[in-house]
Amino acid sequence: MTDITAPPVREPLVQRINWVEIGPFIALVLLAVVGMLINPDFLSATNITNVVTRSAFIAIIAVGATFVISSGGLDLSVGSMAAFVTGIMIMFMNALVPSMGANAIIAGMALVLCVGALAGLFNGLIVTVGKIEPFIVTLGTMGIFRALITFMSDGGTIPIDRSLRDPFRPVYYGNLAGIPIPILVSLAVAVVGAFILYRTKFGRRCAAVGANEEVARFSGISVGRVRTIAFVIQGICVAIAAICYVPRLGAATPTTGLLWELQVITAVVIGGTALRGGKGRIWGTIAGAVILEMIANLMVLSDFISEYLVAAVQGVIIIIAMLVQRFSKQP
Amino acid sequence: MLRRNLLGAIGLATLLAAVPAFAQEQKVIAVSIPAADHGWTAGVVYHAQKAAEEINAAFPNIEVIVKTSPSATAQVSALEDLSATRQPDALVILPHSSEELTGPVQSVKDAGTFITVVDRGLTDPTIQDLYVAGDNIAVGSTTAKFLVDNLGGKGDVVVLRGIPTVIDDERIQGFEEGLEGSDIKILDIQYANWNSDEAFSLMQDYLAKYPHIDAVWANDDDMLLGVLEAIEQSGRTEIKYALGGNGMKEIIEKVKAGDAMTPIETPYPPSMIKTAIYMTAAQFNGQAPVRGTVKLDAPLITQDNADEYYFPDSPF
Repeated sequence: MTDITAPPVREPLVQRINWVEIGPFIALVLLAVVGMLINPDFLSATNITNVVTRSAFIAIIAVGATFVISSGGLDLSVGSMAAFVTGIMIMFMNALVPSMGANAIIAGMALVLCVGALAGLFNGLIVTVGKIEPFIVTLGTMGIFRALITFMSDGGTIPIDRSLRDPFRPVYYGNLAGIPIPILVSLAVAVVGAFILYRTKFGRRCAAVGANEEVARFSGISVGRVRTIAFVIQGICVAIAAICYVPRLGAATPTTGLLWELQVITAVVIGGTALRGGKGRIWGTIAGAVILEMIANLMVLSDFISEYLVAAVQGVIIIIAMLVQRFSKQP
Repeated sequence: MLRRNLLGAIGLATLLAAVPAFAQEQKVIAVSIPAADHGWTAGVVYHAQKAAEEINAAFPNIEVIVKTSPSATAQVSALEDLSATRQPDALVILPHSSEELTGPVQSVKDAGTFITVVDRGLTDPTIQDLYVAGDNIAVGSTTAKFLVDNLGGKGDVVVLRGIPTVIDDERIQGFEEGLEGSDIKILDIQYANWNSDEAFSLMQDYLAKYPHIDAVWANDDDMLLGVLEAIEQSGRTEIKYALGGNGMKEIIEKVKAGDAMTPIETPYPPSMIKTAIYMTAAQFNGQAPVRGTVKLDAPLITQDNADEYYFPDSPF
């Protein structure tokens, strides 16, 4: 009797810390220290702001990818999808300018969220109803979305109407209390994402489906529905990223979002989410996205690496980060 | 039974279609180019299609067929299909890559076809009857000379490279040669892969790294668009010039408008495909022998001659 009610023995502090959980943040701090040693300008407010703002697109999309990956899926189409929904949004806004003026931006934002959700639903339904591997489905849609944006732009550029440039500009370049809007948007997306993943029934089901599909099915979870919703969340996240992206360069081109899918997957995995599913870490994902951008920034700021080898160094750092995480995993 | 009838019908139809061609000495020019996947190739496709329309309208005895291919492998298949179905009298080709296309073009040549090669050369130059290309070294050196003249022979510049290829290497080589003998220093040179997003990031990093920059050279206009946004956002005022290359219409518009930061442009015109098609057509109509090598120069485009390089309907 006393045995059961006795307070649990406290483990030593070192063992209570979940190193995988905080690993990405330690890596972030280490990179910042290295950065400061390489170039004192690294920690200047402008540089840090630029780097974090730039990582916002990947971070926002990667929050969605955390859902897809933790539920045991994979989405290779996000880069192409980003280019496609960006193109649709710009063409729609340009068409509305004569009748609506600057309000076309609001309409464009509403439309792009719908288009993103539909694009995600499309991926999700083929995966779940069609019962095809997500890898193959999204490999297919990656080609489809990329071809559509190339077709829509005739291989060239779809620029935003000149009269919309100024009113839309603040969405990327503006700030609120000194914090750039894209950073605020990605924080908001992360907070909502973390709430859904950690605090709702859907979030727990996501992880359950990713951990073991059979067990989840026997415990009465509609596996197909959970997976489909994860893809829809991914689509909405891509649309939110597109909203922040459009005012940056004011155009969509066939090279928009090229290879973003790989950066997104890397950010998610660096953040501590298992690629085989079963566990998602939203804040780790955000840290992962910032780490990727920070490495690229440091490579430019440092002077002692040949421009031909920059990509190799980036690759090595990512692999080391993953190895460190792997070997520090708790039993 | 049905099968045999069908085959017979197809055979007859082919024969009927072929007869008028023989009767009028119809000449077929096949044009094989990469599919539009970014600004410059989009321009190539546009100008190739324009040339085909114009020549088909002007010369009833010449038919120009344009075929785009998304990859080197697809281009090889397209060549095989073309030789099998149309037996073109001339082939104008902008090869995806030199090594992979050399063999297939050789076999088209062996069938007696006139070969015009554009932009990227084949590994064996003896295959081509006509070669038309731009001058990548001049793209770099023309820009460098402008900077030397207009910065008073001294200053600090940063350079954005494209994708590691011969084209990029030649432009950089031309630029570095153009700066020789002046006191203009290249502070930094990094890859941005001919992509405006990557150029935006790289330019932000350059601005953080160097407190004083006199000029930026982006070697391509897609990258220049990203550079200009990054400069505008930073609010830095010491940068006198931000220059690109290739002749994108948005940049030509800036030149026409007398933009202070981008007052000039150097062309590596996608319209070179049009030059090549017209020259190839010339020998079928007017018996103008066109064998040889044509290198289009990369002259300085200024406010005065910008109209000549401005194609408002082109996607590039």
